[in-house]
Amino acid sequence: MVANIGYYVLVLTFLASLYGAGAAAYGALKRKPEFVESGRYAMLLTWPLLTIASAAIIWLLATGHYEIGFVASVTSNSMPTYLKVTALWGGQEGSLVFWAWLMAAFTSAASLRKWDRDRELLPWFIMVTMITLAFFLSLVVFFENPFARLWLSADGQQVTAMLQPTGAVPLNPPDGRGLNPLLRHPGMIIHPPALYLGFVAYVIPYAFAMAALITRRSDDRWIRITRRWTLVAWIFLSLGLILGGRWAYDVLGWGGYWGWDPVEIAALLPWLAGTAFLHSVMVQEKRGMLKHWNVVLIILTYALVLFGTFLSRSGVLSSVHAFAKSAIGPMFFVFIGVTFIVSLSLLINRWEMLKGENFLTSVFSREALFLLNNFLFMGILAVSFWGVIFPLISELVTGQKITVGPPFYERANGPLGLGLLILMAIAPLSAYASSTWKTIGRALWKPALVSLLVPITLYFGGIHNPTALLGYTAASLVAFVTLYEFWRGVMARRRQHGENLPLALWRLVGRNPRRYGGYIIHLGVVLMAFGIIGIEVYQTETQATLSKGEQVTLGRYVMTYDDIAVFDTNDGRNVARAVVSVYQDGKLVDELYPRKDYYYDSQQAVTIPGTRSTLADDFYVILVGLDPDSQSDATFKVYHNPLVNLIWIGGVVFSIGTIVAVWVISGRRRANKTPSASKSTRT
Amino acid sequence: MGEVTKKRTGQGKFLLGGFLIVAAIVYLIASSTQAAAQYYLTIDELFARGDDLGDRDIKISGVVDGDTIQYDVKNLTLRFTIANVPADLDEIEKAGGLAEALHIALEDPRATRLEVEYIGVMPDLLRDEAQAIVTGRMGEDGIFHADELLLKCPTRYEGDVPLQAEDG
Repeated sequence: MVANIGYYVLVLTFLASLYGAGAAAYGALKRKPEFVESGRYAMLLTWPLLTIASAAIIWLLATGHYEIGFVASVTSNSMPTYLKVTALWGGQEGSLVFWAWLMAAFTSAASLRKWDRDRELLPWFIMVTMITLAFFLSLVVFFENPFARLWLSADGQQVTAMLQPTGAVPLNPPDGRGLNPLLRHPGMIIHPPALYLGFVAYVIPYAFAMAALITRRSDDRWIRITRRWTLVAWIFLSLGLILGGRWAYDVLGWGGYWGWDPVEIAALLPWLAGTAFLHSVMVQEKRGMLKHWNVVLIILTYALVLFGTFLSRSGVLSSVHAFAKSAIGPMFFVFIGVTFIVSLSLLINRWEMLKGENFLTSVFSREALFLLNNFLFMGILAVSFWGVIFPLISELVTGQKITVGPPFYERANGPLGLGLLILMAIAPLSAYASSTWKTIGRALWKPALVSLLVPITLYFGGIHNPTALLGYTAASLVAFVTLYEFWRGVMARRRQHGENLPLALWRLVGRNPRRYGGYIIHLGVVLMAFGIIGIEVYQTETQATLSKGEQVTLGRYVMTYDDIAVFDTNDGRNVARAVVSVYQDGKLVDELYPRKDYYYDSQQAVTIPGTRSTLADDFYVILVGLDPDSQSDATFKVYHNPLVNLIWIGGVVFSIGTIVAVWVISGRRRANKTPSASKSTRT
Repeated sequence: MGEVTKKRTGQGKFLLGGFLIVAAIVYLIASSTQAAAQYYLTIDELFARGDDLGDRDIKISGVVDGDTIQYDVKNLTLRFTIANVPADLDEIEKAGGLAEALHIALEDPRATRLEVEYIGVMPDLLRDEAQAIVTGRMGEDGIFHADELLLKCPTRYEGDVPLQAEDG
């Protein structure tokens, strides 16, 4: 019953989105506003409809309706309720509905703005978003129906179908197969939705860019209208990536957080294009340049969003992230291709209209440095994309499949990342149009001098690795330059307005949130760079098989194996849980409990490390296994991960910076008339 | 990047700069590919090519035979046998998906097999009919010595629902 309602609501939503796209476009072409309005109502209807459909799935999941194929494949009796609910995005079918639901929510919210002088964009915005929504809905309506029931066909096969196939009998299993144990983690609540939010939100700037091209608007309205959406998409995408790293670190038990897995890269690619976009739109706003490039970037970002979704859903790759192999792969492929080609053709058709208003004049001008930033981001994007597709290319060209692993990405992206760090130190000191190396040098020499102390101190502190020294020097330079910028701004306010320090800082940031929010984001990146260099260069590890009471040493740490307990839980796991004591410099500092959980339903083990985490380092223990004979001798793998916490703390600072930058909207509206808010070049 | 490529006096140095950066990126990609490339072979191809693979690390994909898994916990030495799986996507498609192809490959008595040794933590996903991707070198002893072991379990989201809940 609920399943039927859910399915027909999905069909109805699919029709509504098709109608919305058609009516809006027809209304715009024939100049019949009533059709546009009707299309808009259809669009506004999609979100409540999809809410009903999603609620229906969640209800089926939470109440264990295993006669529904999707429910049986992602939930089981032993799963806690929160995981049953979040299983909505744990499988192919549900995640597509969730995606559509988010998209309907975003497009509706974006369409509720005051359109005023941008009314001509509305129908095309509706058309672009509703075509995309219709595509996603067609996948669930025709191919991956979350409401399809399980049947036992006449020849004894289990099949899923909405209606009873001839000769088949309905199945009603008492329990489901359950979610992949690796996904049974609180991270499931937040990592996938954060990424989805990021992915889906990019449809808004993309749709506005297309609407602007179609209506021949050559100004930067589409950028200004979608500024907040772009930042929202970007922060969620960033958060999704960082949370994914954290989850891997906590659960996957290899002592790392990022493995250059193709699906990880698939999520990184739109982030890279989106980050380049975030920087280069400022050049268009300030100088009327790079107009073509910005359209290219948003098309690229959006195509990469679709590509990422495609990679994880088509069965092309299998990894922690991949869903089952599916028939929707070719559909996705065609949709991405069509989106990309149609968008680019439209851009080429409107090429003349988007001529730049200025030319590059100085190598050290802000716009030139932003352009360089874009080159570097595109470089990292090219490297990463190349790594993913290289096996396919080499097979086509030489008939031999050749792959590249993490060393490829690290070797090629390392110098580009370093370049970005250095740029991050210089660019904030530049001005639009007119800086020279002299003006930059004047502002740079003090922080540069201070940051030179860092490698010297480190060198005498025993750090001789050139990568680490170079990376730490560059990161410190960014930190000093950025803090110095804050300091100068605050001091100037104190002089001019006689404000006290906190007030001056508050007003400084509040008057120019995008700039100072950006600086805070840069500081977050600096912290992450420190953490990444720390763990990548200085991670150490050892392993040992211990009897109770024995110990293993790693650097300044000693770990003793105290005890082990093996027991069954009432949610279908067999748990082996060790107790170990950690000594640092001979002093007992912590007791840890590395575990191995074996899930009976999926016959799979999950290794959960014990971690002692401090600002300086993590002591990370994995219980590898128990000796089958004695049942008490245990093997451990132990990692020492220096500075890894700075990655997560950097992520928090990064998020705070973005929230400050989003403040730009409200801040700007209030302060629109004051010259200090709109002036962002250096004085 | 429209504006930069447009002809105008004084834009030459930017064109040159852009060109140099692009050249540097292309160089980085090419040299890193050269340095990090690994042949990705099936077991059949490995045996066919024999010694002409030289000194490079090789990646081999095959299906794990669950009965052969031996793990010496003390020395962290893992040994198992993998059977040849065709790399051809069409063949996998014909077999009815990766899970089915892996199953068929393992059941096939004529499929070539390779013994693998790996020193390290036994991965959670290692089990019968999982696809193993091992990176390492062929030893003189005819055993493949892997430095890296990756597993894929395509059955994870597929397969039949058990009609009876297991006891316990």
